[in-house]
Amino acid sequence: MHSFLRAYPTESKLLAVLLILCAGLSAASPDFLTLVNFTSLLNNNAVNVIWAVGLLVVLIAGGIDISFAVAASVVQYLCVYAFAAIGGGNWAIGFLFAGGFGLALGLINAFLIHQFRIISIVVTISTFNAFFGLLMFFSSGRFLYNLPSWWSQRVILWEYQTANGTWAEVILPVAVMAVCMAATWVLIRRTTTGRQLYAFGDNPEGARRAGIPIGLMQAIAFGWCGMMAGIAGLMQSHITKEVVPNALVGRELEVLAAVVLGGARLGGGRGSVLGCFLGVLLVAVTQNGLNLLGVSPYAFKMVVGIIILLAISTSNLDPAKWFGKGGKA
Amino acid sequence: MTAVATAADALRFSGIAKIFGGVKALDDVSFTVGAGEVHCLAGENGCGKSTLIKIITGVYQPEPGARMEIFGQDYTQISPTQARKAGIAVIWQDLALFAEMTVAENIAFETMLGNRPRGVSYARLRSVAVAALARLDVDLDLDARLGTLPIAQRQIVAIARALVSDARLIFMDEPTASLTQSETDALLSVVRTLSARGVAVVFVSHRLAEVLDISSRVTVLRDGKVVGVFPTEGMTQSHLTELMTGTSFAHDVMARDPSGPDVLRVEGLTRAGEYDDISFTLREGEVLGLTGLIGAGRTELCHTLFGMTRADRGRITLNGQHLHFRSNRDAVAQGIAYVSEDRLALGLIQLQSIADNTVLSVLRQITGAGGLLSAQKKEATVSHWISELSVKIGKPADAVSTLSGGNQQRVVLAKWLATAPKVLLLDCPTVGVDVGARAGIFRIVRALAEKGLAILLVSDEVPEVYMNADRVLHMAAGRIIAEWDPRQTGLSEMEAAVYA
Repeated sequence: MHSFLRAYPTESKLLAVLLILCAGLSAASPDFLTLVNFTSLLNNNAVNVIWAVGLLVVLIAGGIDISFAVAASVVQYLCVYAFAAIGGGNWAIGFLFAGGFGLALGLINAFLIHQFRIISIVVTISTFNAFFGLLMFFSSGRFLYNLPSWWSQRVILWEYQTANGTWAEVILPVAVMAVCMAATWVLIRRTTTGRQLYAFGDNPEGARRAGIPIGLMQAIAFGWCGMMAGIAGLMQSHITKEVVPNALVGRELEVLAAVVLGGARLGGGRGSVLGCFLGVLLVAVTQNGLNLLGVSPYAFKMVVGIIILLAISTSNLDPAKWFGKGGKA
Repeated sequence: MTAVATAADALRFSGIAKIFGGVKALDDVSFTVGAGEVHCLAGENGCGKSTLIKIITGVYQPEPGARMEIFGQDYTQISPTQARKAGIAVIWQDLALFAEMTVAENIAFETMLGNRPRGVSYARLRSVAVAALARLDVDLDLDARLGTLPIAQRQIVAIARALVSDARLIFMDEPTASLTQSETDALLSVVRTLSARGVAVVFVSHRLAEVLDISSRVTVLRDGKVVGVFPTEGMTQSHLTELMTGTSFAHDVMARDPSGPDVLRVEGLTRAGEYDDISFTLREGEVLGLTGLIGAGRTELCHTLFGMTRADRGRITLNGQHLHFRSNRDAVAQGIAYVSEDRLALGLIQLQSIADNTVLSVLRQITGAGGLLSAQKKEATVSHWISELSVKIGKPADAVSTLSGGNQQRVVLAKWLATAPKVLLLDCPTVGVDVGARAGIFRIVRALAEKGLAILLVSDEVPEVYMNADRVLHMAAGRIIAEWDPRQTGLSEMEAAVYA
């Protein structure tokens, strides 16, 4: 326990805040602490978590990606046409295509960043606009409803009828989320490549001198982020049963905020999968709570903004500094 | 400690030359390090030290005709990878460590390299780190995040990391630059341990005292040539300085009795946790030395005198007038100037031009019509100070980062002298400045004092204040514990008191 607190200070703090928030909401609203509410929270946030763990890898490597949500929309369109072209497809092909298209879009970012030595925020703002512009131009803003049935039919993994007759259910995206989290955790914690990503984000010059291939690091980070974005896009359409070109634009900032809330550092070198999950969940629970308490939805964003500001500004305060050890040379 | 060169030399280089754009950076240099020897590479900035290290580590290729032998094996060409494989490691000043990773991961980082992904075993990382630290006889918390460690311990981590990659010859570039005396002692003892276990260490340092203390031989470079290789036994600091600069410097005490009135009077100044009950007076035209170990509270005191922090108790009087600073803007307005110890980060804006840096403190005074900056006034101010302090520059429009340490320090001085101060606080003005350039800076300091400026000279190098100050205050643990007159108290006595 002590070692967990020490190794994951942000995550521990976040978990504590989340538990307090949950306790408060349980007391305030009878609808909060219910199986139905919890499963729907998970279902509704699976896509954000998948994006978040992808973005996490980029942040760890010292970059930032603004384009992934739009990339997910692009992947959705490409998938609709690709599935039509091959005569339907199935889930296996679906994941392969969505992940593959996403990976390709991510590698475009990595290539531009590495080849022309442009900082990632500039590159991904550009590709954000380019992807979105191309998508709107070629789709003419049309919605697509002709999804293959395997894609649009709700896959329920587990369901349970509660005492008052309502159904609690867990749908496919939640399982996919769990797999993406596990895979990202293995990548960043359990492989040498992952540790090199941390090192590269932490001290690029030091990493270079140690002989870490910089181009490869960028490709892995942005490729992974793109792949996760593609998979998230596939899951998003599975939930909404349609493809809307401008449905996802804007979500990137929401996810970015949640990941940073979860302890990832914009300077690189820090961040964890658990933190991502808790970050997304904290934002989601807050919104959910405000909703249950009957607060105007217009206030949501404001409250979320304040929470993030508080979290970020308190994370730079070190309680150890308040006691003892005054000015040192 | 002294494993003098034997048949099995770690490194035997000769005939090394390197030409950059027609300029000979290195000219027929020979460099030999015995196995397990602690060797020092001494010389002023620009003498070719770093070029030589870069050739040895394979970063640069020498001109044809070089003979290079590492641990008995001949090389016609060395790449960085070859140098590493041969057992050569460099610990650069910035250490190239990873602040967010744990100590164990930093030490065992080598085991995580390679393009093919492999699984990471944290147990193995730990055992590798433990083994490396055991070789240094040092105990560190393996799970601590590196960023939370003081610089001195990070240095140990960097050394341990070099050992993990089987280094048998470690170059250390200015390893003690930011260490306190006790940390330096700890580092030197680690170096001795290394040497005793057969790892050769090449020390590159400006601090001559510790060079003489730790190494058995010293190779002196000047203008790209080897002046000679000398045993450190019997070598004195002043002789080594002469060898490095090629000129002999007066090591005379400059102290005299300034006759001017008191300018700055400090009485009972106290700030909790930083300094305690500080009282002294500073006269017109006086150079008052303030020495003590790093952490004694010298810089903190300067910060208060310059209005950056506020004292809890006590008073500061300037020319008979009570001072109450709300910020350092007030201090500047009252005629106090502060040259900070961290020139690179705080004293200069590295990317801006020499001219812009010089006028930064006096922007209000160089405005012309409509309150806009006047190019003419700016030029006049800049050229006045450049000639006054004889700063060697290309053009005033060049970035200040293109200047040498000594010249950068002069630009900092110019910036503050332009404010026409009455009191100048000089906080370690020679950090990172060559021996030769130091003399130039102290000549300026002395000349300024002759013109009536009251100067507080802070330095952790006792010889500096001994030679250049009229009076010396000794600060320890936040208090002034002694006052010396260099004409009566000898250098060795002062050093013994300060470094005790």
